[in-house]
Amino acid sequence: MKRARSGRGRPMIRYAARRSVLSALVAFGVVVLTYLIARVVPSDPAGVWAGPRASAVERARVRAELGLDRPVAEQIVSYLTGVSRGDWGLSVLTHRPVLTDLLTRLPNTLQLVLAGMVIGLAVGIPAGLFAARWHGGTVDRLVRSGALLSAAIPTFWLALLLQTLIASRLDLLPIAGSYDRAVMGAHPVTTVTGLPLLDAVLTGNGVAATDLLDHLLLPALVVASYPAAVLARMVRASILDAVGEPHIQMVRALGFPERVVLGRFALRLAWNPVLQLTALIFGYSLVNTFLVEAVFDYPGLGRYAADAVQSLDVPAVVGVTLLVALLYLAANLAVDLAQAALDPRVALR
Amino acid sequence: MRARGARGGRTALVLALGGAGAIVLVALLAPVLAPYPEDATGAAETAQLLRPPSAAHWFGTDELGRDVFSRVLYGARIGPVVAVAVVTVSLVVGTVIGVVAGYFGGWIDELLMRLTDVFLAVPALLLALALATVLAPGPVGLTVALTVTWWPWYARLVRGETASVVGRPYIEACRALGLGHRRTLVRHVLPNASTPLLVQASTDVGGVLLVASGLSFLGLGPQPPTPDWGLMVEQSQNYFTTHWWLGTFPGAAIMLVAGVCFLLGDVVRDRFDPRHVPRPTQRA
Repeated sequence: MKRARSGRGRPMIRYAARRSVLSALVAFGVVVLTYLIARVVPSDPAGVWAGPRASAVERARVRAELGLDRPVAEQIVSYLTGVSRGDWGLSVLTHRPVLTDLLTRLPNTLQLVLAGMVIGLAVGIPAGLFAARWHGGTVDRLVRSGALLSAAIPTFWLALLLQTLIASRLDLLPIAGSYDRAVMGAHPVTTVTGLPLLDAVLTGNGVAATDLLDHLLLPALVVASYPAAVLARMVRASILDAVGEPHIQMVRALGFPERVVLGRFALRLAWNPVLQLTALIFGYSLVNTFLVEAVFDYPGLGRYAADAVQSLDVPAVVGVTLLVALLYLAANLAVDLAQAALDPRVALR
Repeated sequence: MRARGARGGRTALVLALGGAGAIVLVALLAPVLAPYPEDATGAAETAQLLRPPSAAHWFGTDELGRDVFSRVLYGARIGPVVAVAVVTVSLVVGTVIGVVAGYFGGWIDELLMRLTDVFLAVPALLLALALATVLAPGPVGLTVALTVTWWPWYARLVRGETASVVGRPYIEACRALGLGHRRTLVRHVLPNASTPLLVQASTDVGGVLLVASGLSFLGLGPQPPTPDWGLMVEQSQNYFTTHWWLGTFPGAAIMLVAGVCFLLGDVVRDRFDPRHVPRPTQRA
């Protein structure tokens, strides 16, 4: 109590510092975990690291290079320094540094995940609100069964169905890829942020933007299916729970219309769990896109990971794992800090 | 309003339990129910390639002339079994770790929970993907990879439940009566954590099935000619535009089983904890 009054800024700073240190610790743990996956779990790490088609000489070279003959502690340290310097190993498949490969593909995946999440939020939150408003009625039942179905539908299957139906049979949208070569050749996009669609919009390149959007729409819809489902459920349950709170009943007793009671007052109580859920969904969707990209041949991290898996390209698979885990950690940290900023009580817990 | 909710609840309960029972039956009786049991694995019938659904082949035949309906039935013995195995083993491992962390507290708790955090920092599908790549492909490798990724969820859940009862007077009474740690934990602490665990577990069988099928789809699960649903969808990719039945039915089977699991989780939760608000938990 006293602490809270003595200075509003202080607990917030302490909380931010604590969260950051914890996240750094977990990041360190994740690096060690990927090290274990890459070099301890396989029975022949050098063979795995060099690829299935490597010769004996090549394997011996890789063994020496990775330092697999040295003590484990020493190996971990050199792996850690390598990773922190940006040396994530060479891809067996492309023969390029893994980190370079990853960073060229990251923007496409981020674009896809962000688009999917925007659609998911835009559908999920209103759906949850309507379900709560007419709780127990037809709308509620529709939203609940819809949410159940879209959470249970296998991503890759939904992707295949939509691809076949909308792109292939009805010919409404492109079947695969992230852009049309002819369009991009005539209207190249200037890089501003790195996200192709956003760049095309920012530079006023309408033709390219339309083409990128056409290619993005179907995969993004598939990515959105799960976020929409969980968000709808969460918003519905949070609002129904909030309705029991005294201040909501007070607002109701004052005669505010139900739309305002739920949409303005009850929804506010749902923001915190929604924010937290958004970070989780981000991590989930980041990986879910792997399956979507594999179907739509969308050149992002997932396409890269699927190819890497197929050819047992361990450095690449481990690299993807590390990058996504770090992104996910960063997203979680950002959400925690945003939450503490919005609701100072969080920092005092 | 109350009555209507209760009635809706009963329909859901019947649906969930009936569905779960039907799935178990199909898995057990696949050899009896399947019209062409030999098509589940090997047998190629070149005279029957890629036939659309008919009276003889309800779900049509695939690119090797095998009966898709029989293969889908046999599939109930692969994906769902992997999912149940993963959830069971994860549940045991996670419960032990969670109970120890929550009951003893202090540095043990700190250590175990930070370890849990590390595993939770990598999305499950991704960690399982990386592990399945370095392990031998197949149902066993898949199960191991998924178990390694799934236990932390139970560890965290059980730890929370345990920590919340440890301070209660009745646990203090156990200590005062001189009960050993093991007896206190097994007889008095754990039963209080079992309901949320069961709810989570039944939902998770569906979640694990989805992730396992996804890995299978990427080629990291059972190998051909195993009639695994994820694998069947993957193999149907090249034929999908012209022969829709190849991938549609196995995919629908995954959705059906996952849906029944989620519904079951919801129903159990409504029974035991009607005021529940879902907290953000990651499914995959």
